[in-house]
Amino acid sequence: MEGRSGLVGRLAAIGLVAATMIGAIAFLSIESDRGILLLLLAISIGAFAAGRVGILRPLLQRALGHRATIGVSAWISTLVLCGVFREDHFSLFLIGRVILITLACLGLHLEFGAAGVVNFASAAFFGVGGYTAAVLSAHTRIPHLLVLVAGGVASALIGSLLLLPLLRTRGHYAALITIAFGLLFRTFVEVNDSLGGPQGLKLGGLQILRFQFNDELAVGPLHASFYFNYVLLASALLALAFVLVQRLEASWLGLALDAIRLDEIGAATFGFEIARWKILAFTLGNFLIGVAGALSAFMVGFLAPNNFTFPESLTLVSIVLLGGIGNPWGLALAAFLVVLLPEKLQILQEYRYLLYATLVILILRFRPSGLIPRPMRRYFGQPA
Amino acid sequence: MNATTSPLLSCRDLTRRFGGLLALDRLSFDLFEGEILGLIGPNGSGKTTFFNVLTGLYKATAGEVEFAAQPITNLSPQEVYRAGISRTFQRSRLCLTLSLFDNIMIGNHKRLDHGPWANLVRRSLFRRQLEQSLAEARELLRVFDPELCERMDAPAAGISLIERRRIEICRALISRPRLLLLDEPSAGMTSDETTRLMDDILEVKRRFGRLTIILIEHQMSVIERCTGRCIALDYGRKVCEGTYATVATNPLVRQAYLGIS
Repeated sequence: MEGRSGLVGRLAAIGLVAATMIGAIAFLSIESDRGILLLLLAISIGAFAAGRVGILRPLLQRALGHRATIGVSAWISTLVLCGVFREDHFSLFLIGRVILITLACLGLHLEFGAAGVVNFASAAFFGVGGYTAAVLSAHTRIPHLLVLVAGGVASALIGSLLLLPLLRTRGHYAALITIAFGLLFRTFVEVNDSLGGPQGLKLGGLQILRFQFNDELAVGPLHASFYFNYVLLASALLALAFVLVQRLEASWLGLALDAIRLDEIGAATFGFEIARWKILAFTLGNFLIGVAGALSAFMVGFLAPNNFTFPESLTLVSIVLLGGIGNPWGLALAAFLVVLLPEKLQILQEYRYLLYATLVILILRFRPSGLIPRPMRRYFGQPA
Repeated sequence: MNATTSPLLSCRDLTRRFGGLLALDRLSFDLFEGEILGLIGPNGSGKTTFFNVLTGLYKATAGEVEFAAQPITNLSPQEVYRAGISRTFQRSRLCLTLSLFDNIMIGNHKRLDHGPWANLVRRSLFRRQLEQSLAEARELLRVFDPELCERMDAPAAGISLIERRRIEICRALISRPRLLLLDEPSAGMTSDETTRLMDDILEVKRRFGRLTIILIEHQMSVIERCTGRCIALDYGRKVCEGTYATVATNPLVRQAYLGIS
């Protein structure tokens, strides 16, 4: 019995990921606004109908028990996606951006979703990672793989300065502190000429073990855009982060973060050092955001203060809200929608922040638990 | 309770002041290992304040507490828990979105390994710890509620009031404390449920012989059946101490509760 239901769950997991990938390919290939709108309409109707008939929920429930299967097939799907669009600079760039934003949101998810520490300055931490990478790669000969790590470390360190006031405040006040920090960071890089000032900074390409990421990849007759290299690296980092976050959640550490988020006083009477857990989540979260920012800087090749503003932070928060606070898989889906929708729908380009803001309000009002709500903790696939 | 054994818990002139209000006024008493002590008194007489001062949620304004011959006055809640005191709350503080098992494990914090190696890297080590914890939780739950044993992965939001109390008691017991503080466990229960709850408390006592319990209660029937000794508080002051019969017939207690002068 175990074998059979296990197989069904596994197939359901693969099926769901494959369906998502096909949707993603369609989404990226369609050029016209009308096509995109029709596709979105078809997907929503399909999902709604499946939900109504009651297929989707049990299938999802079964599929979610097979985390490893979902993870592996999602990674393979990403590779397939890259393969399909290998010569298309723009699509690959967008895929890379979705992946890096998901990576950053995973960090935000640890802070916000797991430990309940608010952070409305995620774009600033993303920027810290980026600027660190720019400065280190321009002025030192530190290997670039270490530069990426340094981006994360710098972001975590600067975050730990913010921890001093954050640990002494709660709710709105803590939120305001992070917002203030975000504004401060932007102003700081804008007036700082050694960091390029308002014009920004350029970066050289990433180089790891003599491999130049900005060279086009060519294997026999197959050519690929140089973005292909970045997307591969980004997806490997994302996979690592996913494994880390999922293991963390399915362990005593995840339970501890839940305990301090849900009831600080109760947790304190059972021995939880509240500050210690908040520091862990905030530091690890900012590290992930910083690494994502550093790699993003190399991929884009350019940094400017305008990319790290409060509205950008709000975008990341809206992704976490839309995906479902506390659900990493929801994040990936939400990042895909929020990053790509304005790029593909020309009408939305100028109004993207309007879209995000509306999105936040609508989610909070109608579906506060997000697209894919937080699941019950399962330590090892199957329920305890 | 002979005079040569030293008390497990000893309070000396414990005082807590909120502005002009004396919530706890020079409370002194000794508690010996294995006792069940009842704490009674009208609303606002300082019973829960005493628990909060004892567990470090409030700082004492004056006075001292010794637990197992160690001073624990004004330790942090975390330190008090590690010293071996755990409690339940008057209003349930379960995490409703977490499973019953997770809620019980929150109480087990000091015995769980939080290192990154077992939790993140060598998952087989973590699995062994998890299975041991599952077995312990199941064993504990079997005493109270064999039915809940089978539903440990259900969310705490879906169980009844008395079941929540039981889970809270399990959460307090899983770390094997020496002193258990129960804050009005019968609040909001029917008389039927209260009877079942008393059975639970006596069962806990039977299974963990050396466990010491302080029980805050309004239901005199619970005090009568479960406790060996009780203390009555009024306006933060101890008005009477002794067996149930002594306290229940004490004129000061009757005055505080019934307003008879």
